[in-house]
Amino acid sequence: MAVIAAKPRRQSMADWRWGDRIAYVMCWAAGLGLCLIAALIVGYMAVRGVQYLKPSLLWSHPSGEVDQSASGGFLDPILGTILLTIIGIVIATPIAVAAAIWIVEYGRPKGLARAVESGIEVVAGTPDIVLAIFGLALFQHGLFGWMSFTAEGGAVFGRSFLTAGAMMSLIALPMVFGATREGLQSIPRHVREASYGLGKTKIATIRRVLLPAVRPNISTGAALGMGRIAGDTAIVVILLGATLRLEKEGAIPGADVLKGTGSTLTSYVYNNSPAGEGNAPEKAYAAAFVLLLLVVALNFAVDLIARRGAKTGLEGTRLGAGR
Amino acid sequence: MITDQETKDVSSPTSTRTDGAAGPPPPIRKIMLDAPPTVAPAAPVSAGGHAATSGAARHERGEAGPERMSLQALSVFYGDNEAVKQVSLSIRLGEVLALIGPSGCGKTTLLRTLNRLTELTPGASRSGTILLDGTDVDDLEATTLRRRVSMVFQQPNPFPMSIFDNVAYALREQSRKKPGRSVIEPLVEDALHRAGLWDEVKDKLDAPALRLSGGQQQRLCIARAIATRPEVLLMDEPCSALDPRSTAVIEQLIGELRTDLAIVIVTHNMQQARRVGDKVAFMYLGDLVEYGPAEQIFDAPQAQRTRDYVHGAFG
Repeated sequence: MAVIAAKPRRQSMADWRWGDRIAYVMCWAAGLGLCLIAALIVGYMAVRGVQYLKPSLLWSHPSGEVDQSASGGFLDPILGTILLTIIGIVIATPIAVAAAIWIVEYGRPKGLARAVESGIEVVAGTPDIVLAIFGLALFQHGLFGWMSFTAEGGAVFGRSFLTAGAMMSLIALPMVFGATREGLQSIPRHVREASYGLGKTKIATIRRVLLPAVRPNISTGAALGMGRIAGDTAIVVILLGATLRLEKEGAIPGADVLKGTGSTLTSYVYNNSPAGEGNAPEKAYAAAFVLLLLVVALNFAVDLIARRGAKTGLEGTRLGAGR
Repeated sequence: MITDQETKDVSSPTSTRTDGAAGPPPPIRKIMLDAPPTVAPAAPVSAGGHAATSGAARHERGEAGPERMSLQALSVFYGDNEAVKQVSLSIRLGEVLALIGPSGCGKTTLLRTLNRLTELTPGASRSGTILLDGTDVDDLEATTLRRRVSMVFQQPNPFPMSIFDNVAYALREQSRKKPGRSVIEPLVEDALHRAGLWDEVKDKLDAPALRLSGGQQQRLCIARAIATRPEVLLMDEPCSALDPRSTAVIEQLIGELRTDLAIVIVTHNMQQARRVGDKVAFMYLGDLVEYGPAEQIFDAPQAQRTRDYVHGAFG
């Protein structure tokens, strides 16, 4: 008896009921299985990517040659991915943060607040291809002629970095909104009251206390949203034109790129895969590997921000714990 | 546990008292029921005057200063629930008023009403008058009032910015143009000095305030609150989240700050009320039961319920 008592609390599975044993093993299997799948994806893409990826691919422009040795690399899709991601997140972040602040700090009337929240949920749940089709219908309207190529006679093309970025922002917006809202909700009420108690207005409190406190949350949401944008294909194919190179439109330097069309790594992979017209799987693998690296890097950035936030922000401090 | 019973008792005092007389109540309840439901001091103002002299003699602190705030028949409601009932009090410069009473007795509500923080609670309403230096607080802008009657909370809650900015934040006016660091720096230093924190943080003013220890954080909150040179400082259980050593430091600080401020401190630690309070107000279920100098409340309370509470019969 004494020996048993001295043993640590770990029970041997021999005492377990069969149901518990099966559930336990299944939980283990699920975890290990997911690890295996992730390792397979990354491993396969890495092998294929390293096999086909040549540094020259990264900085040569693509061209539509049948001969694959002459069809160039994917510099334009890389630039397109970066540009589109930036446009999308720059549009989405201020709107999402403002909406989250309104919901948490004001939120009146209650019915309107609920409507706004479900509106954002609907946007979050809309398939990207639906957003793309809707965006095309919207931006082909004459009102948005300034955003894309307008043919003689007034027909609006509707496809450009601006229109695609605007729709992409809808994909990132729910992510930034959700992260910001959660951050705001986790700030204890007495922190706000401390600011009011110093004779500060609500606006000053939001600007100087709440926004700095949720900065890590905003960054996390933005990084997640950027990952979503970088990985999206439907909007690129339909709204960005998926032209092989960045095609400028208009005469204003800088703005001509925004108004023009282009492609991203996702559309490049699609078009070069056996399903697409390019039929150059080697380049598809290489580009897919670059895209994977990009998204994984973004996810690591998310982790890093979250951890830094835990050190410097309210989370994990006396303040965060003491509510 | 006894609160529900007591709510009924107070809402219908006569009937409950007959109930209590009819059956033999359990010991604790008996003590409650024997007491008259509301015992206000015979004349609060004269009691206050008496307190000023005796309190001063006891602590050798000199006379209590002029009246800073005056509450007249103040009631606070949350919906239909009357959390503070017809309280009249005066708060004087140079003395510490300790509000004591069991949880839920309305002392924190009363404190938060003094700088109109209760207005932020949905459903809260107020009747009665609060005067700050003779001006009705409703006639002041809330931001102005709260700069003159500032507050320290139960949880240390520095803002997620540097130590310097925490104090400077309080000092900066609501103006578009920020005063420069050269203007603000001496004021920040002065506030940190008065809060007894300067020597500990003078080398790391730009470090995040959240890296400080709990006691230091609370003193930073005090520095922040006194930076604008308020007339009244409200403290809502400022030590209840702190260890005994930090508590002692803060209590000593309260004693030092008293000279040029009126301090109202809420505590449900009676020993603390005795240590720091010049005047003590005992509240129970929204009533101000007794108000007077600390030694009178603790050594010779006039109301039965005060006597029971300070002797630990309930709470």
